[in-house]
Amino acid sequence: MGRPLAINGDAAIALAWKQVNPDVVAAYPITPQTIMVEAFSDYVADGQVDTEYICAESEHSAMSICIGASAAGARVATATASAGLALMWEMLYIAASMRTPIVMAIANRTLSGPINIHCDHSDTMGARDSGWVQLYGENVQEAYDNTIMAFRIAENMKVRLPVMTCIDGFIITHALERLETLDDQVVEDFIGLYQATRPLLDIGNPTTYGPIALPDYFYEIKYQQAVAMGSVAAVTKEVMADYAKVSGRRYKLVEGYRTEDADHVVVAMGSTSGTLRHVVDRMRERGSKVGSVKIRLFRPFPSEELAAILKGKKGVAVMDRALSPGTGGALYSDVLQSIHDIPDAPKVTNYIYGLGGRDVMPEQLEGVFEEVMAGNGERINFMGVRI
Amino acid sequence: MATDKPVVVATATGCFEVATTIYPFSSWEVPWIHTAFENAPATISGVESAYKVLRRKGLLDQEIKFVAFGGDGATYDIGLQSLSGAIERGHDFLYVCLNNEAYMNTGIQRSGATERGASTTTCPAGTCIPGKREFPKDLTKIIIAHDPPYAAQASPHNWKDLVTKSGKGFDIQGPAFINVISPCPRGWRHDGSLTIAIAKLAVETCVWPLYEFENGTWRLTGESLRIAEGSREKKPVLEWMRSQGRFRHLLNGEHTALVEEIQQSVDANWERLVKLCRL
Repeated sequence: MGRPLAINGDAAIALAWKQVNPDVVAAYPITPQTIMVEAFSDYVADGQVDTEYICAESEHSAMSICIGASAAGARVATATASAGLALMWEMLYIAASMRTPIVMAIANRTLSGPINIHCDHSDTMGARDSGWVQLYGENVQEAYDNTIMAFRIAENMKVRLPVMTCIDGFIITHALERLETLDDQVVEDFIGLYQATRPLLDIGNPTTYGPIALPDYFYEIKYQQAVAMGSVAAVTKEVMADYAKVSGRRYKLVEGYRTEDADHVVVAMGSTSGTLRHVVDRMRERGSKVGSVKIRLFRPFPSEELAAILKGKKGVAVMDRALSPGTGGALYSDVLQSIHDIPDAPKVTNYIYGLGGRDVMPEQLEGVFEEVMAGNGERINFMGVRI
Repeated sequence: MATDKPVVVATATGCFEVATTIYPFSSWEVPWIHTAFENAPATISGVESAYKVLRRKGLLDQEIKFVAFGGDGATYDIGLQSLSGAIERGHDFLYVCLNNEAYMNTGIQRSGATERGASTTTCPAGTCIPGKREFPKDLTKIIIAHDPPYAAQASPHNWKDLVTKSGKGFDIQGPAFINVISPCPRGWRHDGSLTIAIAKLAVETCVWPLYEFENGTWRLTGESLRIAEGSREKKPVLEWMRSQGRFRHLLNGEHTALVEEIQQSVDANWERLVKLCRL
């Protein structure tokens, strides 16, 4: 084990990149991701990595550079947030369809407007259907661990898909926490050498990347992406098991907290999961049979694992830190479809919360539990909004 | 012809990409990549960056050249930022703009390269407005303002000049740019057999001068050099306009002032260029 550090989420991801030592990093700064690219620039400037580091002139170009470099045969990483991810949107689909195993860190930040630099998940929810694997980290430790595991998941030959590792903007990107690091050699051995398949730079075996596929082939290419996504859950479990061996930290796709005997459960992603565990403990002390669930892997959605946890519960609330105006949140829809086939499926309500970085207080989450237990919440609720 | 080294090619979305790679077929016998419309320079930047790092790590020993192609829509308009960024970063690649002065792949819509007075499907010659109202932007000079090691204008009719310039673009270290006038029979409304003749006329009228900018030095080439030297006639722009249907509406005698304005603009641009090339 390396020594523990006091470090923020952005710097932890930059440190993971340093240890991974990607061939190419192309990025563009955007708050609250900026520290990642700055910290990594320091590693480059001090010769601590071999990486070809490209300061792109936009996120669209950053992702285009990443795709070109990955197709060429390089191991590639990048990072963005909010409007930057939105500007990449066109290229996200192309990266996934071209099966480039790029690893991208996201500092979750809301989308304008009004312009606002603070946390919610509207950026990555917008990229939900782009064909990228999405992992969410709760804290600085998970930011670091998810980043290292992401390379193994993305590059697995059953997967070969790009992966986003998401952390809550400011709440985790800028919070100083204790981080247990791995030794450089442990990281190097864990991720292994990158083996490109049919790289563009293999002059002797010329490959055409990105041809036009018309209605006679397009659908089959999309189906292949669905098949690859179908392998992600099993591959991620294997990677997490291997990671536990080198780190001592055991992760799951979906993590239940005091759910075994709970009657009422609240589901969330990201930093709110930690607050929820605190609230569960407090309410348990008062005799309430409550639990919480953290979704770590959001795409592909681990429906079976979630259904196994929620089976037999009386009531469930889903916390969505993003809004699809006109309906609820994306996580809510996914939870509903996951439990649809369970006999006596619990009633599920949706809570939109924390938009644009609005603080999430333990008392508010207690209020959510109280409503779930009373069974009197609306189908879609707006936690903490001033009406 | 322009290089003996192996090449990797990137292409922006357009006829060139669509016509050569309908899946599961490919016309390309060299490595080729297309990702989107506005980003061929960024895409080739990524490929070239991978090449640099893999060479540095000793994982690749072969010398490879990189070339990206885009039309005028991809280069003058939607991809200008991507090209500017890639040149500023100094990637070692050649960018070739095949300029047919409109969005031809999508059906002849106006671009920033379309000439004043030309009729397109989005700036049609109507009863009130006689085609495009604006002059095209001078992209080659915009690129030269980046001070790249090499930039040039070329035309397919003078293939020797085009090959020489492409060779320089490949050989020189750093970003190189060549803007090639590319008549489109469908969009310019002329017989396909006249494509090369019309490209030549663009040069002979000084609508599209042949020149290069090499390590800070401006130089006229081909017919343009001979026109500047006085050993070759500079033809009137009207002759060039008469060769294409997209200017037909300007030739009925109602728009002589506009035709004259276009001639004056061509003359002024030409005189400025001649001065730059004499410095």
